[in-house]
Formats: sequence, C-alpha cells, structure tokens
Amino acid sequence: MFDSLSDRLQSIVKRVRGKGRLTEADVDEVLAEIRTALLDADVNLGVVQDVVARIREQAVGADVSQALDPGQQIVKIVNAELVSMLGGETLKISYASHPPTVVLMAGLQGSGKTTSAAKLARWFKSQGRQPLLVGADLQRPAAVEQLRTLGKQIGVAVFSEPGDPVTTAARGLAEAKRLGKDVLIVDTAGRLSIDADMMQQVADISAAVKPNYTFLVVDAMTGQDAVGVAQAFHDTLAIDGVILSKLDGDARGGAALSVKHVIGKPIAFAATGERIDAFEQFHPDRMAGRILGMGDMLTLIEHAEQVFEKDEAEQTATRMLEGQFTLEDFLAQLQQLKKMGPLSGVMGMIPGMPKEMKDAQIGDDQVTVTEAIIRSMTPDERARPEMINGSRRSRIALGSGTQVADVNRLVKQFSEMQKMMKKMGAMSQGRGGKTTKKKGKGKGKDSSSSPKATMRQLSDMLGGGGLPGVPGNSGQGGFPNFPNFPN
Amino acid sequence: MIASQQPLLLALVALALSFGIGTIVFSRRTSRDRASLSDSPVVDVVTATTVAVTAETDQEVVAEPQQHVPDAEQSPNLKTSIGRARSLFTMAFSGIRSRSSIDESTWEELQDTLIRADVGVHLAQALLAPLRERVREKSITTPDMLIDALRVAMKQQLSSADRSLRIDAAVSPSVWLFVGVNGVGKTTTIGKVGAAKTAQGLKVLMAAGDTFRAAAAEQLQTWAERAGAEFVRGSEGGDPASVIFDGIQSAAARGIDLVLGDTAGRLQNKSNLMDELRKVRRVADKASGSVTEVLLVIDATTGQNGLVQAREFAAATDVTGVVLTKLDGSAKGGIIFAIETELGIPVKLVGLGETARDLVPFIAAEFVDALLD
Repeated sequence: MFDSLSDRLQSIVKRVRGKGRLTEADVDEVLAEIRTALLDADVNLGVVQDVVARIREQAVGADVSQALDPGQQIVKIVNAELVSMLGGETLKISYASHPPTVVLMAGLQGSGKTTSAAKLARWFKSQGRQPLLVGADLQRPAAVEQLRTLGKQIGVAVFSEPGDPVTTAARGLAEAKRLGKDVLIVDTAGRLSIDADMMQQVADISAAVKPNYTFLVVDAMTGQDAVGVAQAFHDTLAIDGVILSKLDGDARGGAALSVKHVIGKPIAFAATGERIDAFEQFHPDRMAGRILGMGDMLTLIEHAEQVFEKDEAEQTATRMLEGQFTLEDFLAQLQQLKKMGPLSGVMGMIPGMPKEMKDAQIGDDQVTVTEAIIRSMTPDERARPEMINGSRRSRIALGSGTQVADVNRLVKQFSEMQKMMKKMGAMSQGRGGKTTKKKGKGKGKDSSSSPKATMRQLSDMLGGGGLPGVPGNSGQGGFPNFPNFPN
Repeated sequence: MIASQQPLLLALVALALSFGIGTIVFSRRTSRDRASLSDSPVVDVVTATTVAVTAETDQEVVAEPQQHVPDAEQSPNLKTSIGRARSLFTMAFSGIRSRSSIDESTWEELQDTLIRADVGVHLAQALLAPLRERVREKSITTPDMLIDALRVAMKQQLSSADRSLRIDAAVSPSVWLFVGVNGVGKTTTIGKVGAAKTAQGLKVLMAAGDTFRAAAAEQLQTWAERAGAEFVRGSEGGDPASVIFDGIQSAAARGIDLVLGDTAGRLQNKSNLMDELRKVRRVADKASGSVTEVLLVIDATTGQNGLVQAREFAAATDVTGVVLTKLDGSAKGGIIFAIETELGIPVKLVGLGETARDLVPFIAAEFVDALLD
C-alpha cells in the first residue's frame, strides 16, 4: 500500500538531476517525504523531527554525483542515520557473579511478555544456562497456565504461587537459589503506564528481586504512544533493554526507533515468529530499511530459507544456469513461493523490484492457475515443453480449466525465460570460467564446469559480496539483469 | 481469467526468487565455511563455564495458580476515561486558541496533534485540507472557530455508521466471532461481552476457538465461569473451525441465544493463518445458527498498521465492526478514524479497563468531544 520511499524520492530527485548540488528547497521537499515515510512507519513525531533535522544537516549541499542516483544517495544518508540511531551498543549479557542472574519482564497488556519470557528462557538455555521462569502475572486469567505450558514445551521449570505478585517473585528468587538455577526470568502482569498502583507494584517486584536486567517488551505495531509508554516504564524501572515483539507482522516498526531514541537503551531481542525459537538478536540495519519501506531483502531471504530446502534451492539455481530448469522445477518453486505468504508481501520485500512489477498486483489466484496448467501436463511435457503440440495443448487447457491461449502463453514465456537464464549463465561463465575450471571436472559435464563460480559472482552482484549489513545496497540491489527481461 | 502480462510477471518473480535465493544460500554457506569459528558471539558470556543442558522438564512441584479476579466497579464513561488523552489535546489547543490569528504554525500544531493521536499523516492532512479552504475563503477567521470546525468535521467522519450489535431473533443462536492480531484482548473482550449479555438475561455460550496459544481456553473458561456462561472447548492444537461449529451446534441444541466465538490471534500477513480464519468463518456459517457479527479487536496503542489489519481481516472474514481495546491507557486510538473512513468498518465497542463493566458502546460524538474539549 505504501510506495516505497525510494520510489517517491526518485521522482522528486529526477527534477533535481543536472543541478549538481541540492538546494535548500530541494532538500525541503525530500525531507517532507522522509518525514511522511517515517510517520507512516509509526516513528514518534518528536523523534521524526529530530531525525529530519539531523538528515538536513547532512543533505544540504551534498554533491549530486552524476554516477550515483541522487535519490539513492539521499536514501543512503537516511538509512545510515537510522542505522546509527537504532544501533549503537548492543546489549551484552553479563551473568551475575552470585547466581541467579535475574531478568524482569515488563510491558503493556498484550505486548507479548509471557511468550517473550518463554522465548528468552529458551535462548538462555541454548546458551548453556539453567533458567527458572517465575509467573508473577496473577492478574490475567490463565497467564500462569500459559507460562507453564510454554515451560513444558521448552523444558524449563516454572514457579508460581497464588496471592501476591511481589511475594511470588521473591519466593521465585529463593526457589532459584535453592534449585541452583543460574538465570531467573520474572514474567509480570501487563499494565498501563498511567496506572499508578500497578506501576508501583512492578516497582515493588523489581525491588524484591533486584533484577540484573529489566526488559521492556514493545509490540512492533505500536503507534505514537510507544514513546510515552517507554518513558514511563523507564522512569519507574530503569529499563536495560527492549524486546521487540511481533516483528514478523507487516508493521514497519517505527516504534523501535522511537523507543531506542527516547530511553537510549538497546533493542536487545526481536521476536520474529510464533514458534518458540523465533527469537533473535536485533539487527538495526534491517530495521532501518524496513522503517523506510525500502524492502527487506535479508528478512525475505531468511524467511525463504525457512521455507525452501537449502540444497534444493542451490540445485535449482545451478540447473537454471545450465538451462536445465524444467516446468517441474518451476512448479516446485511456485509451491515454495506460496508458503512464503501472499505474493504481494513477498514482492514488497524485494528491493530493486521494478515498479511496474510491484504495481502489477499479481494475485495468488494466478499462482493457482499456473499450477493447474502445469499439473495438467504429463511428466514428459513438463521436462520438454517444446513437445506440446496442438492436441496436447487442448488437452492441457481442458484439464486445467483454462484456455488454449493461456497454455500457449505459459509455454512461450517459460521457454523465453529458459533462454535468458541460459544466456545469463553463459555470460557470467565467460568471465569467471578460467579460474574455476578445475572444480567442474569431477562433474564431467562442460556446461556445469563453473556454476558454482558463476553463482559466487552473481551473489557478489547481488549483495556486494557480503550478506550481513548491506544498507547502502538495499535500495539498489535486486536481482541481476532484472529490468532487462523481455515483456 | 489471466491478464496478459501477469503470468509472465509471476513467472519472473518465482524464477528470480528461487534463483536469487539459491545463489544467496550458496554464497552464505560459502562465507560461513570461510568464517569457520571466527564468528563473533552475539552476546558476551562472561562466566563462560559450560553447563550441561538438561533436556527434560524439571520436576519441581510448584504451587497451583489462583486467579485474581478484579472487582467490578462503577462503569466508566468514555469522556472521563479519555481524560488523560484530552489533557494532551487541551494543552495543544490552548496554545492555538491563545493566538489571535491562524498562521502556518497553527496548522502545523493541529496536524501534529492529530498525528500524535495515531490518526495518520494522510488522514490528518485530509481532515485539515477543507478547513484550509474555508480559512482562505474567510469563513473561518479565528483559531477557536478552526478547532470547532475540526471537531465538527471529525464527528461527521464518524456520524453515519451503524454501531448496533445484531442478534438475530429468527435464527437462534446468533454467533459473534472475535478476530484480530495477537495480544489485542480478544479473549478478555469476549469475557466482558459475555458478562454483559448474561446480565441482560441472554443465555450465552463461549467457544474457545483459540486452540493455538497456550492456556487460552483456560483463560476463556475463567471468564465463562465468572459470567455464568456456557463454555465449549476443543483440544489444544485442534481445529478451531470445528470447535466453533460444535459450540454453535450445542448452543442450538440447548436453546442458547448467543455464541461468542474466540479465535487465535494471528498476524494478518500469515496467509495460512488467514486461510484458517476464512475456514472458521465458512464453517460457522454452515452451523445451525446465524453469524450476525464478526468483530475485529484492535488495541488502541496500534499505529498505522491497524489499517492494514482491518483491511486484511475484513477481506478474510467480512468484519462487521471494531472493538477498540485499552483506550484507558495513554494511547488515543486515532487509527479508528482511518479504519472507519477508509474501510467503512464502524467501531462498536470500546474497552476502558479490566473489569467486565469497562466495555462500553462507542459513541462517536463523545469520543471526539473527549479528544477535542
């Protein structure tokens, strides 16, 4: 629904091109776009003003290089600024010299404290620790039940007792000591930051267990209020770090920037899925691109890695380069693609995707139709589409409930793509073939002599060689030769 | 039906993706191999004594939980509960009001105030644009008049909606489904609605269609017991559609008036979970009741993503109304303006606190007044 920021900036900057230098007025217009993009992403207004001021400083008078697209240049400045604001020091957990290391979870109702507590416990366990979970949320019905069930799933003990949350937390600490647990994670009830009694209660819990780390759990979908909430909790509890929950949604997560900015504490972890192991260290560079709506290639890749079988994906890419990619492979790819969620979401995450393609509104229905056509083919036909003659076409159309023209189109386009893939493979092979001839010998096939080298080259083209942290690239990356595909 | 370009585009995407991913996976693996053990640890472990990880669940016996039941107090109204929100607006507006003329900074402040309430940039601009026109025409001349005109405009945006919650007298039971993302308060809302409806003398059944989240059924059961409502649940991890179906069937058999169907929280970009929800809706329609409301529960703290939520859930389940929860906090819930005006989904209920009586009907004029007084 949102135009990507880079698209919008591009249109402005197009007019600026040739000036050589950005005037104040140009910058104003660009900054207005950036401001809107940040606000659309739910970055707090006060923080937005701050960011925009910082960017203005850098952008006024910036050279508009002929080689670099000025739009990209500005995006780069913005991106770098956001990364530095989101990042800074990462949280390093130092374990208490007298165990247990106590972690207190706090946040609004429904922000995801209980789930995050369990995920954090699992994380500590994976670090070789022995955590104990304490259910001090005696407010929400069955909150302790939930924690117990999660505890059972991850093999972590849960302590709780009815009555008073402060006493429960204190008893939990004693229990951890008795059992020799080295990490104690205290889950607390969700509370409104303006509820004085409840804020006092969590302060009392904090005083009772003297946490080494107090984490504020913040929902990635939070709007402008994130700042007020974070400030209130920080004033009461002295927050050490933030856990960003529900980051697997499609919210652009400006709250992360707001919270980081206002309490100055790192975002330590991010919950990236419903499964209990979907919990990881926070990546500021990815978040910056996401807030700006510039696509999120890395998340897409990770997402894809979960869905695609790694070896299979690698094989497929190799086969493509060799021109051996069949409709059968294509069908398999389509099915994998479907698992990644709605196509529009997937497309949105691909940076550098031509705008016409993003706008084309490819529906999931079309995947189904294409699948139906391929499924109506015999294995032979899938392997060698050129054998599909008139009568086969009518049969396939009948079988898939489509028109003969649809079948034609698919076959024709597929063969064109096949050709192109082959060409691409040959092209990059020409460049890198010499150095890697040795590797291919074992395979005994000429065309396969260097697909791996080719892939390495291509991946260099894709992501500037290194994958982690490609902030400067994320606006202009994309797949090689993409815009040159025939229509 | 296939538009001529689309299969090609689709194919390109699929190919590019599989190709790109294959390439990247490959390069990742290569670089990982190269990096071997030199990976810097994400988190420093200071006391680096390696402890054997026990895989089994620890066996300590822990005390049974007991639920704290908040006492019902006086039913609040919208105005007092949004009082805190109001103070923010009042502060902003008193600054504007104190000035004698309308200048650019007046507009800026008005817009900023709306943005802070999560109304969104575009809607804030859209609300102010016609007012700018009127100021230009000199039909609005003072800041006071401007603020009043804004209030009228905002009320108008919310005036035409039908906010009634329907109960079908002809086909019993009526079924209300509750949908939404994780953590917005669906189960709590059902508990409160159930309590209100049983207090009105209706026979209510709650169906625990959230079979995913641990202990969600127990949470709903607690509410059902409090409200004196019937309760149906399935097995954890079971098919939510069948739980709802069974709930409706057994309600029909027992002469129950209203079935409140809980569903698991789901993020709207998870296509498989949204498909599951579609199925719940379809199956509920097949049971011997009548689905009269599908209520989307939205947390007042939600930012601009709320609009996407509303759009996706509406597409999946024909949402008939919104329940805006947690409006007693410091968040203003301005996103409902966008949801109502852009998608035409009316807000029907508002959650203002933890007790059963804190769920009240949404009154647009009161909501706007509370914000702008």
